[in-house]
Amino acid sequence: MMISLSSYLILGAILFAISIAGIFLNRKNVVVLLMCIELMLLAANINFVAFSHYLNDLAGQVFVFFILTVAAAEAAIGLAILVVLFRNRRTIDVEQLNEMKG
Amino acid sequence: MTFTDFIFFAFSALLLASAMGVITARNPVHSALFLVLSFFSCSALWLLLEAEFLAIALVLVYVGAVMVLFLFIVMMLDINLVQMREGFVRYLPVGVFFALCLVGIMIWVVGDFSAGVFEVPTLQQAVQHGADYSNTKALGRVIYTDYVLPFEIAAVILLVAIIAAIILTMRRREMTKYQTPSKQVMVKRNDRLRIVKMEATVEESE
Repeated sequence: MMISLSSYLILGAILFAISIAGIFLNRKNVVVLLMCIELMLLAANINFVAFSHYLNDLAGQVFVFFILTVAAAEAAIGLAILVVLFRNRRTIDVEQLNEMKG
Repeated sequence: MTFTDFIFFAFSALLLASAMGVITARNPVHSALFLVLSFFSCSALWLLLEAEFLAIALVLVYVGAVMVLFLFIVMMLDINLVQMREGFVRYLPVGVFFALCLVGIMIWVVGDFSAGVFEVPTLQQAVQHGADYSNTKALGRVIYTDYVLPFEIAAVILLVAIIAAIILTMRRREMTKYQTPSKQVMVKRNDRLRIVKMEATVEESE
């Protein structure tokens, strides 16, 4: 039995669903929400690399390269915003962040 | 079951188990460490897919830089863990329900047994490259020719991210002493030096 493209796609789908569930469950903690977003991007990247391998096309891997770049930038800015938020409000609970002007 | 299958299933199981750990861990530090484990197992899967450069880049960039940043932030913030866990049990049914629906639909679409719903002209046997094939070389050749403009834009995005992160977290403290170059340049002689007219006096020797 050779591992087919579908195996990787199903793996990516399950990983994406797990991170969706994580966003539902940890909806108060912004740090874990950011981690769930990283997991979602990882699931998308698995699909890209799998397609790139099975279709023998390097464009998929180039795209993963750019996704990694943007995800790293997003993580850096997100965490910086989180630090500023915690410094001003002393909490990272999403439900307490309901004022536009604090 | 060949050795490759064994590797695939072992690392897939590790990836999914550590992803479950990320979303269920009580402590955010444990979540971050589980996320490191899932990146490692994903990198092993990418090695299996002959994407060596991206596998190494995932370990270097994510495990080496991004996750260290996450761990720093998690340990730096003084988070009330009990308060953060509120609502976990309450949202558990709806979260699991949505996840199961989503995964059911996606597997129905992309699965092997659903021929006709989703068809790609896939090679059932992927191309096996020889031992002298270098993934890094091939990828570099594509990036620096066909994708050179997006590559430059990616560099600019990283620069923007650096500047934004620094500007956001920089703060001026009251105690900090710093120089203002414009004021230093604008200073006149009269601001610093006062000439006092006084008569010459001679010390009288006894």
